[in-house]
Amino acid sequence: MRRSYRIIRPQLMWGVLSVALVLCFAGIARAKMDTQLCLACHNASAPKTDHVKGVSLYVNAKLFKPSIHAAIGCPSCHTDIDGFPHKLPTRKVSCSGCHPTQDAAYRRSVHAEGAKKIPGCLDCHGNPHGILPKRDPESKVYPLNLPRTCGSCHGNPELAKRYGFPDVYALYMDSIHGFALTQDGLLVAAQCSSCHGAHEILSRKDPSSRTARGNVPTTCGSCHAGVKASYFEGVHGKNLLAGNQKMPVCTNCHTAHRISDVQTVAWQVTTVGTCGGCHKERLRTYRDTFHGQVTALGFSETARCWSCHSAHNILPASDPRSTVAPANLQTTCGKCHAGATLNFVSYQPHADPHNKLLNPALYYATLFMNLLLAGVFTFFGIHTVLWLFRSLFHRTGAGPRSGTELPWR
Amino acid sequence: MTSNDVDQRYYFRFSLGKRYLHGLLMVTFLGLAATGLPLRFSETAWAAAFARTIGGFRAVLFFHKTCAVLLTAGFLAHVGELFYRVFAKGEFSTLYGPNSMTPRPKDLTDLIQHVRWFFWLGPRPKFDRFAYWEKFDYWAVFWGMLIIGISGYVMWFAPFFGRYLPGSLLNVVLVCHGEEALLAVWFIFMIHFFNSHLRPAHFPMDPVIFTGRLTGEELKTDHPVEYERLSQDDGLAAIQADHPPRWLTNFARLVAVGAIGTGFVLLTLTLAAFLNE
Repeated sequence: MRRSYRIIRPQLMWGVLSVALVLCFAGIARAKMDTQLCLACHNASAPKTDHVKGVSLYVNAKLFKPSIHAAIGCPSCHTDIDGFPHKLPTRKVSCSGCHPTQDAAYRRSVHAEGAKKIPGCLDCHGNPHGILPKRDPESKVYPLNLPRTCGSCHGNPELAKRYGFPDVYALYMDSIHGFALTQDGLLVAAQCSSCHGAHEILSRKDPSSRTARGNVPTTCGSCHAGVKASYFEGVHGKNLLAGNQKMPVCTNCHTAHRISDVQTVAWQVTTVGTCGGCHKERLRTYRDTFHGQVTALGFSETARCWSCHSAHNILPASDPRSTVAPANLQTTCGKCHAGATLNFVSYQPHADPHNKLLNPALYYATLFMNLLLAGVFTFFGIHTVLWLFRSLFHRTGAGPRSGTELPWR
Repeated sequence: MTSNDVDQRYYFRFSLGKRYLHGLLMVTFLGLAATGLPLRFSETAWAAAFARTIGGFRAVLFFHKTCAVLLTAGFLAHVGELFYRVFAKGEFSTLYGPNSMTPRPKDLTDLIQHVRWFFWLGPRPKFDRFAYWEKFDYWAVFWGMLIIGISGYVMWFAPFFGRYLPGSLLNVVLVCHGEEALLAVWFIFMIHFFNSHLRPAHFPMDPVIFTGRLTGEELKTDHPVEYERLSQDDGLAAIQADHPPRWLTNFARLVAVGAIGTGFVLLTLTLAAFLNE
């Protein structure tokens, strides 16, 4: 028996396989047949508006045939069409039958809010009869095309104002991500869905959103893994993980959409103010130094916050790994000041001239200079004003003419 | 020689070397002020615009350092000349006396007498070759060049000086450099301009530092003690000068208008920025 089974089994297998193949071909053939059958009427000569809903009955075969849905045929979506001739269709075509995951994600998203559900599937994926896979360069959701697709709403200031959604297309297109995408056609360049997701786009106010404050480092880190690791080593990242929502995340310094090349002077100079937005005292004392004066003038060829504190793994000076830890100062300062000695690095880049205890030399030097200025200008101010009045009276002959000065010339 | 003759004649007050020294000082001082003040008031819009116009921060520093080196050369030449006159030629009058810049008791009594004159309490004092405010101008600039110069070179070669000086001194030098510069700039643009050029007796300018010459009338009125001394030992003939050539007078006017104009622009901008701090 065992032997006979062994003989029968392959035969059975072949049999099942052949039946399946036949059915499969038959299915495709049926779909093709259906499609051809449908297109026989729904061709270019079909009414552009039907008499019930006013929609076009024309299906462009040239669009449909290369589309991803060509293989499954018309009735897969138009489920209430069961033969020919058919009744008027009553069921609205729904994508959710085949794409339940995407549909569920979409229903949770900001785009599904409100009665009109704008945008729906087709607003992003295009003509229902011409939907292409997202890998297809012609697809509206192909990475290089997606910003323009999203931008059809999020690049329209009037629409954005009327419906209260962000108008960010222009900002993105000016960003380093936008340049990488448009100029180099870089498929890995971050575009809308890289950060916001595709179907499950949530408001950043929703804590589970990929763009919620607490999740930004992870979202950006999905590409910038090294920076993410280094950020979470630093004080900002650690405190963020500990639940301090005031900590800066990537977007605080780099902005959300208009992410600039970090080598640009404008960004390097404005970001000093970004750090100073929280570290106010540090910014004030920095502005008193040559470093701070140069950046205030709009030039970046000098020490900025992160030149010394590093950009992402910022650590307190008490941490021996910190770039501003006493043991590392000679290396850090030495990046610009070749030959920096121990004496040299005892310079205070944030010295407060009002702090007598911490900076006695600076305090007394400032006091002396202020007194000197006040003294000189008080004395000579009075001297000058008195002299001026006396000379004017002398000229006009008013008052007793004592002493001599030169006459008017 | 009648008194009227003397009034109309010209006499030398400043040698060509002194006039060149003043010219160098004036040009480099204006250059230093124009390229240094934008850093001191870096948060104002005019400072940023000016720095951009010059060609950026490196260009600003380049001009600042160039002027600094030129001025240092002038300063060293002047001090060198003083040493030469005292030690090589034995001219001790350089150190003390009416022709010296060293303050004398007369300067104090002149000051008191001058202030009394301001209030019609006495006659105008009889000044010697250098009045007390002229000596103050000189020493203010001298002290200022030392403070600003030394602090400037310490910052320029900070890592080098960092071998010998504590880091806290590197903090101090910027404050000294900036505040002393403000003192110098405001003093020159307010006090020196008034004392030497804008006061009614000389308005709008005294060309003596550019032409080197003053009239006998000016010598008698502004430096009566010197005039009397010179008349007694026949020194007047030794310093008698020709009429300043027209081109020189015109050149002096042009330079003075430029310097005073630049000064007033910088004075207004810095005063406004300072009061806003």
